[in-house]
Amino acid sequence: MTGVAIVGAAECDLGVTGKSILGLQTQAVSRALADAGLSLADVDGIASTSVSRFSVTQLAEHFGIQPRWSDSTFAGGSVYEMFVARAAQAIEAGQATVVVITFASNQRSAASRKLGGVYEPWTPEAQFEEPYDPLFPLSYYAMAAQSYLHRHGATREQLAEVAIAARQWALLNPQAFRYGKGPLSVEDVVGATPISSPLTAADCCLVTDGGGAVVLTSLERARDLRRPPVRVLGYGERTTNNSFTGAEELTVTGAVGSAADAFARAGVGVEDVDVTQVYDSFTITPVLSVEALGFCGPGEALAMISDGRTRPGGSLPLNTSGGGLSYCHPGQYGVLLLVEAVRQLRGECGARQVPDAEIALAHGTGGILSTHATVVLGRDR
Amino acid sequence: MSDPNSTFVPGPAAPADDLSETWWAAASGHRLTVETCSCGHRQHPPRGVCTACSSTASLAPGEVSGRATVDSYTVVHRAPRPDVDVPYVLARVRLAEGPVLLTRLVGGLDWTIGDAVSVAWADLGDGRALPYFIRSTEI
Ligand SMILES: [Zn+2]
Repeated sequence: MTGVAIVGAAECDLGVTGKSILGLQTQAVSRALADAGLSLADVDGIASTSVSRFSVTQLAEHFGIQPRWSDSTFAGGSVYEMFVARAAQAIEAGQATVVVITFASNQRSAASRKLGGVYEPWTPEAQFEEPYDPLFPLSYYAMAAQSYLHRHGATREQLAEVAIAARQWALLNPQAFRYGKGPLSVEDVVGATPISSPLTAADCCLVTDGGGAVVLTSLERARDLRRPPVRVLGYGERTTNNSFTGAEELTVTGAVGSAADAFARAGVGVEDVDVTQVYDSFTITPVLSVEALGFCGPGEALAMISDGRTRPGGSLPLNTSGGGLSYCHPGQYGVLLLVEAVRQLRGECGARQVPDAEIALAHGTGGILSTHATVVLGRDR
Repeated sequence: MSDPNSTFVPGPAAPADDLSETWWAAASGHRLTVETCSCGHRQHPPRGVCTACSSTASLAPGEVSGRATVDSYTVVHRAPRPDVDVPYVLARVRLAEGPVLLTRLVGGLDWTIGDAVSVAWADLGDGRALPYFIRSTEI
């Protein structure tokens, strides 16, 4: 348990915005602070990655803040869960009092995403991997999916359930990119445009603008603010591989360790979790994460979810916003896992609200199953 | 070109550096090596330090058999750059000696994890060559 709470949470505009990154950052931070009942003058810590090489520096000047603490660790989409850990430590150590964790991207409007990724020419991957033309990160997840289906005797059709369930949730979320776009069938997913086998276009996350921010402070101060505090109960992380070949086994990820650390710190177990947000860059990603988090054993996830338990109304509500697959995926989606977890714990989710959610889990995955970070959040009881 | 995935034309490869020059020198002669330590550990890409025993002094390029099995693969249907033909087969192969390489499999699109493969070479335009893998003819 920590003595730190999330006291504000907000999205910036999502989808196709036509806005600049700083314009979206301005929305995210302003809305999250308004949600918390705080102002820029209260903020003395910033964590972000998304603006430029000097992201925090850029944001500090943009918002007129000289932070006493900052973090711009780069670990891909999971870093926003890592930032919660680091911010909680900074607040408990007295280095900062109010921290804003913020991300925004205009990648869809700016058409800045490249199918082959970006290789820095001085890295070994630029010598030993780029010449083979992997789709980055897509082909890595495709090979993980291939390996998973082979190893566990699961089917391509079973994997489609991840996308189908995400769409069911998105149909309940007016902010979702696929809201109003109707349900998905197994045939829709399996028969979509093949990209990198066994994955089709329907197995891949959206490419949208978007982002969000969360505001953290001490639990003591949180109890005087306008929203019910959401406590940071536990956190953990692992960094495993940078390249396509660094991991010995594609289907067992660093989430095993990050989750174990997070649950131990929180003093709760996986059976206590009421609502779960996990990074779904591709359909295979949450399959691997759900197993690593301990919801089932290795190789059991697809059989487990085949009864629809991760869909609305099910016993394992997963990615209740609609996820990166059907709600929003702005490149580093991790901050939006936190926003949805906070809203579920506050009971603000309307048609997609999980009744009486008291413990939420947010789990980020970055790079090519490279970085893994778990955060356990709970209502202040 | 008639059959899909009947050849491998490598994309641009970044230049060799101090850590990789011996690997590329061997590869230029169509010899596949992995950095090998006197402690018995083998690793790729070359690092200049053994991740098993921390030695920086007992590493050398060790020639390997070129035999491997398919660890996983994916048929890529969308080109990441304009001058590459699709579909092609990207794969992780596990060398008989242990280390895993990212590579291409050439010879059709019908592959299974565990398939036996052996090394072949594609010449880059600059005197260097890159390994790819084909179905092994050995039984
Ligand atoms: Zn050694």
